[in-house]
Amino acid sequence: MKILVCISKAPDTTTKISFTDGDTKFDEGGVKYIVNPYDEWYALVKGIELKEAHGGSVTTITVGTAEDDATIRKALAIGADDAVRVDVKAEDAGQVAAEIANFAKEGAYDLVLLGKETIDYNGSQVGGMLAEHLDMPFISLAERMEVNGSKATLDKEIVGGVQTVEADLPLVVSCAKGMAEQRIPNMRGIMAARTKPLKVVEASNAAKQTSFVKYGLPAPKSAVKLIDPNNMDELVELLHNEAKVI
Amino acid sequence: MSVLVYINSNGEKIAKSAFEAVTYAKKLGEVTVVTNGKTDDSTLAQLGKYGASKVLVDRSFEGIDEQQLTRMVATAAEKEGANTIVFSNDLIGKAVAPRLSVKMNAGLVAGATGVPQEDGTIPVNVFSGKAHGFVKVNTDKKIIALLPNSIQPEETGADATVEEFSGNAGDTRVTVKDTKFPEGDIPLPEAELVVSGGRGLKGPENWNLILDLAKELGAATACSRPVADSGWRPHHEHVGQTGVAISPNLYIAAGISGAIQHLAGVNRSKVIVVINTDDEAPFFKAADYGVVGDAFEVLPRLLDAVKKFKASN
Ligand SMILES: Cc1cc2nc3c(=O)[nH]c(=O)nc-3n(C[C@H](O)[C@H](O)[C@H](O)COP(=O)(O)OP(=O)(O)OC[C@H]3O[C@@H](n4cnc5c(N)ncnc54)[C@H](O)[C@@H]3O)c2cc1C
Repeated sequence: MKILVCISKAPDTTTKISFTDGDTKFDEGGVKYIVNPYDEWYALVKGIELKEAHGGSVTTITVGTAEDDATIRKALAIGADDAVRVDVKAEDAGQVAAEIANFAKEGAYDLVLLGKETIDYNGSQVGGMLAEHLDMPFISLAERMEVNGSKATLDKEIVGGVQTVEADLPLVVSCAKGMAEQRIPNMRGIMAARTKPLKVVEASNAAKQTSFVKYGLPAPKSAVKLIDPNNMDELVELLHNEAKVI
Repeated sequence: MSVLVYINSNGEKIAKSAFEAVTYAKKLGEVTVVTNGKTDDSTLAQLGKYGASKVLVDRSFEGIDEQQLTRMVATAAEKEGANTIVFSNDLIGKAVAPRLSVKMNAGLVAGATGVPQEDGTIPVNVFSGKAHGFVKVNTDKKIIALLPNSIQPEETGADATVEEFSGNAGDTRVTVKDTKFPEGDIPLPEAELVVSGGRGLKGPENWNLILDLAKELGAATACSRPVADSGWRPHHEHVGQTGVAISPNLYIAAGISGAIQHLAGVNRSKVIVVINTDDEAPFFKAADYGVVGDAFEVLPRLLDAVKKFKASN
């Protein structure tokens, strides 16, 4: 089974967010980048598990610059066989999906896996876009997947519940919690990752359909109002008359 | 300007997020709604109340297959000459809108939190709610997927006309084997009130404290990540940066410390109530109302107070 896993970097979850250039750019100064947790914990590890069970290969793909190579090596340390980087700064989901599709359509992949969203722009867009480019079904928010020959059975989250679906490969699958358990790379993996192939390919210069023109931070909250733990009637009264939420 | 809105009408009733999307679209132009399935004409006509002039319904297929829906919405957009398409950014919108974006070469604004500004840019949340940004769409056609609970549905109009149409939806390549809806649960992403518990509740055997209060309030239930990781509660209740991001009117957090990753998923709640024994818990900085106390005592008292309030109102 040939598996392609889309990997993106994201700022560490404890990052303090700020902007520069008149609030038009994310301030990357001092920001530590990690592999986007959904891509790493669920998509990548699921890909590796499927390879372990059925044989085949796991290739990661990232749209980004040389600055992303450290994140890509981390994915290789966890157990991907090789990596591809499409050499262009990623700025818009449409562009990222078009670049990945451009590479993937030549590769006859059985499965394209990615995390359900990135934790920076939270767009949840690339998977669906990629599926349309590749004319494959898109199983979004999958929590479980089994592959049996050329068929996959998946549980996916739907509004208020869970749906079990079956489809023929190839598929694009966005992976949510439940798909797999996080794996910590061991020393052997980290050593091996240094020599695994990381191929840099030229971008096709796909157009950006959207751009961020300005950013802002939420207005600071006013101080908390403390309520006597013995007086929950007062809390209910405030929620009703002051906050007007019940 | 003609604006097309996709809504899901496959459930028992039309969700509030659909009314929000129609209300939003009405602020942009003349609204046509497109949907599929069996919902009867008179129910669909009620979308007129929120500003729809017309509802196109494809009765030839049911379900929420994202490829079929993409083709149907594209067909409707062409028929109506609509250059702006609005979705709710719910789980269906998240699967269909990106596909449609490629099919129609239309820039997608996912998770819009408000109407376009004077310069045409559209506000969205970024960095898991720690900041917001304004998006410019560079293509002629655009798709806006509205974050649930960002605007209130407004009743302005009368009934809409309902027309059957063929969306050329084609076949599905995905077979649905089973659909399960946990009984009595209110879906978390759409809930207006949420009661949530953390590690401070000590174990799953104490969850009746959360469940009873949620039931009395008509609220959905949520939890912190370690609670879901330990199997005390199901995964879909995990809120935060790596769980579900929610923006209810009221979020009540008991025994949750308020780590930055947890806050990222809930800081868009309109009102936050925090119950914690530790008066230095970081969550109090993000709270509107705080109760420094033992959740095992405070939650039953709060439950009684809510009962009393409901009895007298
Ligand atoms: C990459 C990454 C992603 C993460 N993503 C998420 C996420 O999406 N969501 C998330 O929630 N976490 C996430 N976390 C974990 C997060 O950092 C915290 O560890 C977690 O939120 C803590 O959960 P908690 O508040 O339930 O537990 P604790 O931090 O253990 O806090 C328990 C709280 O309960 C209070 N308490 C104890 N007894 C009582 C009592 N009797 N009555 C009232 N209060 C009591 C304590 O004072 C304490 O404040 C993530 C971490 C990382 C590294």
